[in-house]
Amino acid sequence: MTGFLTLLYKELLRFWKVGFQTILAPMVSTLLYLLIFLHVLEAHVEVYPDVAYTIFLIPGLVMMAVIQNAFANASSSMIQSKISGNIVFILLSPLSYRAIFFAYILASIVRGLLVGLGVYLVTLVFFDISLQLPLWALLFVILGSALLGALGLIAGIWADKFDQLAAFQNFIIMPLSFLSGVFYTIHSLPIAWQYLSHLNPFFYMIDGFRYGFFGVSDISPYISLLIVAICLLAISLLAIRMLKAGYKLRY
Amino acid sequence: MLPAIEVKQVCKHFGNLHALTDIDLEIHAGEFFALLGPNGAGKTTLISIIAGLSLANSGSVNVMGHNVRTQYQQARRNLGVVPQELVFDPFFTVREVLLIQSGYYGIKENARWVDEIIERLDLSDKANANMRALSGGMKRRVLVAQALVHKPPVIILDEPTAGVDVELRQTLWDFIKQLNQDGHTIVLTTHYLEEAETLCHRVAMLKEGRIVALDSTNNLIGKMIAGKSVRLRLVPDKLPPTLQPLQISHHDGIAELKIENYAQVEFILSSLRTADIQILEMHLQQPDLEDVFVSIMRNSGNQSK
Repeated sequence: MTGFLTLLYKELLRFWKVGFQTILAPMVSTLLYLLIFLHVLEAHVEVYPDVAYTIFLIPGLVMMAVIQNAFANASSSMIQSKISGNIVFILLSPLSYRAIFFAYILASIVRGLLVGLGVYLVTLVFFDISLQLPLWALLFVILGSALLGALGLIAGIWADKFDQLAAFQNFIIMPLSFLSGVFYTIHSLPIAWQYLSHLNPFFYMIDGFRYGFFGVSDISPYISLLIVAICLLAISLLAIRMLKAGYKLRY
Repeated sequence: MLPAIEVKQVCKHFGNLHALTDIDLEIHAGEFFALLGPNGAGKTTLISIIAGLSLANSGSVNVMGHNVRTQYQQARRNLGVVPQELVFDPFFTVREVLLIQSGYYGIKENARWVDEIIERLDLSDKANANMRALSGGMKRRVLVAQALVHKPPVIILDEPTAGVDVELRQTLWDFIKQLNQDGHTIVLTTHYLEEAETLCHRVAMLKEGRIVALDSTNNLIGKMIAGKSVRLRLVPDKLPPTLQPLQISHHDGIAELKIENYAQVEFILSSLRTADIQILEMHLQQPDLEDVFVSIMRNSGNQSK
């Protein structure tokens, strides 16, 4: 247990020491999104009855910040260690592959939550946004950041250079999160796009998270929960297998 | 007694490149052992396999009786490795790095031992400095310290003195000798053969992924046939007839005479005295590990091709 806790502590300390870049910067950019959408769209869109667009947007933006930072944390930590070579200190130690997995994932969850919470708290100053079912929101934010942490770990292990990691981030993570209903409800989309959206696991994370805020969602939160949990399990198993086999780590 | 490291029939290839072929090696507990070989001979690959950083294609490796694959946690607890590359974590200070490394080995309270290694490796001034701020030599010391946080009975050092100045080299070797005297098994690779000769009891030489020599340092040197010689600068520069049969070469005013044993030196000196020839310079040449190394590398090359 000490080994796992130490690695977790190290991973937390790693992003905490560069908090401007890892926590404040994503908070600022998320709030900028909010500011711009607020300015441009407030008057034109009403997604749910009695829910102003800004208020609708906030949970989506919070979740997007969570997703991107959870992914960034595990993936950049892993690839930096690999490229600078200091991953050997972990590989030489008796840390089990499960301990390594859980430490990276938990650190990702913590960073995702910190950024998400930061954004949410700032928006509270300006908007009256209720959190009707906080446990649902918490559940989705934890599962979502864990899923993205696991994906980040996989991407970090798989990528041999920063370029490949950036490709993973820009061509997979970004489109999936932008097209997951952060900025809109999928009911506003043409039918074909609605079907496609259902294939996007990120959609369920954001929809379920939003349910925690408004008690309303595009689909049942139980289905979303099930789908997110299954995705998390599958991705986690893959990441653990990669660690166990030493894929790209123990050559 | 349980061998510290036991390597059995280990093979490793990267694609078509055979990095290691049928390596069998037993390193006894308490030994000071050198793994020698030219660049690309497979030394680092072998160390990586022992450390679990690399996975052998076949064969098995035990560290203190624990298989490095099936009982990797016990095996790694018994092993400290100083990697060849100067790797470091730029986010942390020296003390943080050492305490974190201790934690990886399951050691919660290690401040006293960490302080002791910091002091013994002369790192006290830098204990709270960020790793980035350290010179190459200092980083090397931290790597050594990191390998020791869990007091492993077996310590492997992959070229610990590469690119290190003379003074630090001395400090490092004194420290490592002390560790060996305290009962730690030491395995090292180095390109400085005189270091290996003075420090190591036993030597394995690798070439193209095979062990081409494995014996005690003394035996290896003792077996050298092309042995001892005396080199002389004389006035006048001419050997008396009695000594001429011994001459092997004569370059730049230096005559080299082959001798079978040191008793012959007396004969050479008396012959020169009788002929009234004055000695300006005299060197006794005896084979060292470097000669052994060069000769073995040359000969084994012919066999394997």
